[in-house]
Amino acid sequence: MSAKCRTVVNIGPSHPSTHGVCRVLVELDGEIVKHAEPIIGHLHRGIEKMAENRTYLQVVPLTDRLDYVGSMYANWAYCRAVERLAGIRVPERAEYIRVIVCELQRIASHMMSIGSTGADTGAFTAFMYAFNQREQVVDLFEALSGSRLTYNYVRPGGVAADLPEGWLERCREFLAQHPAAMMEIDELLFGNVICRARTKGIGVLAPQDAIDWGASGPVARGSGVDWDLRRDDPYSVYPRFDFTVPLGERGDCYDRGRVRLWECVESCRIVTQALDQLEPGPVKAEGLPRLLAPRQGDAYDHIESARGSLGVYLVSDGSVRPYRMHVRSPAFCNLALLPLLAEGHTLSDLVVVLGSLDPVFGEVDR
Amino acid sequence: MTIDELREHLCAAYPDLCPLFSVEFSDGVLLVDQARLREALEDLKEMGFDRLGMVTAVDFGDEFELVYRLTSRSMRVGVFVKASVPRSTACVRSAVDLWPAADWQEREIFDLFGIAFEAHPDLRRILLTDDWVGHPLRKDYIDGSIIRRPDYL
Repeated sequence: MSAKCRTVVNIGPSHPSTHGVCRVLVELDGEIVKHAEPIIGHLHRGIEKMAENRTYLQVVPLTDRLDYVGSMYANWAYCRAVERLAGIRVPERAEYIRVIVCELQRIASHMMSIGSTGADTGAFTAFMYAFNQREQVVDLFEALSGSRLTYNYVRPGGVAADLPEGWLERCREFLAQHPAAMMEIDELLFGNVICRARTKGIGVLAPQDAIDWGASGPVARGSGVDWDLRRDDPYSVYPRFDFTVPLGERGDCYDRGRVRLWECVESCRIVTQALDQLEPGPVKAEGLPRLLAPRQGDAYDHIESARGSLGVYLVSDGSVRPYRMHVRSPAFCNLALLPLLAEGHTLSDLVVVLGSLDPVFGEVDR
Repeated sequence: MTIDELREHLCAAYPDLCPLFSVEFSDGVLLVDQARLREALEDLKEMGFDRLGMVTAVDFGDEFELVYRLTSRSMRVGVFVKASVPRSTACVRSAVDLWPAADWQEREIFDLFGIAFEAHPDLRRILLTDDWVGHPLRKDYIDGSIIRRPDYL
């Protein structure tokens, strides 16, 4: 069919299936997507520029607003870069608490993704089941930091406050029921014939493409690229835990979704081990000034967020404000794959493919 | 290639350019001239640096510094490649043909810093609208809404 017969459809920027303020310009031949171009930037607030005008501690709440489904990650990645730059040593208990909250955050974030996979494929029940789990984690975070979405909890040198009374017990209660709930969702959603038909063989990402395009996290691991920073560039106290990295085989939407599901079960194992090894002690580095003025130079550090390798590059001129902050956003790099993955599928599959990349537009647009 | 071989190779190939080079995950830094940037990137790609993790830029007044972060899964190392680009003629060769991951990231640098990338397949603004004036991450960017905040907390 000639190019003249193609229809251009604009989806978004405000549309329930775009998972945020994303506009996708789709060129259609009948119902088949010939080209899909994501148009981003609707949520661009210039966080990197704003950071240049704030002190190191004032930047932490800004990082909450990057990945608003997984604020703890951006907090942590930023704090690690600051600690590297300023040579701050973090107490062991704080490292354990960071691992605990970030693994819980992974569960909360993946529940959002898996739940929306259900909603996108017409299984709204699975969405409610997943959000039930997510709400429990968010309740735990509310007890911890007073906030349900933007936590501002991980700070340079440690964490904002120690775990409140009774929190460990509540956390163990959550962990005790979570793996069984994952099995239930696995059966309910990924065992469902409609969901399988909608996700299997859709949006196949070849392993080499994943590497070339800088994909990371469940998007790369769904294609069988065995790369997880928690294991391959171990940071914090991760070497002390026993966990496996789930991998997909075919690299389709189904595999990406299931990798996320099994990562939640693995996160449960990590948190359980961390709770067992948790010792009393300080949760903040001693004697840190309120106005940090690190050495002149630059530092980069990265962590494995729910979306992939989240890195923060900081340049300091020796003053109390960062000279430059850059966020290496995994969602941004993963979203660049959309034109590649959506081509040749139907318009309704485009929604599933976009959801399987799990973009959070606070982080894509920054 | 092992890490030692990599270090030897880089020190032999770039004797005067890598005084800071120490290979360690996320710590190796390779400083190159703008003229040799492309050559260095091709070289590293051939040596097994199969992932381009990050490309960004920093505004240092008279010149911009481009920062590439490459990782090799087989050697389990990361390396930074930095090159200074004069502000007056801010243009470098694109790395999209080596790593497609550079596509959007170079567009972002073009958008926010105004550095042009030669041979980029689709060089246009990505985060800001097409009619935006100026490049916000440049230090001399003027916008009435930017108010210098006090240092106290």
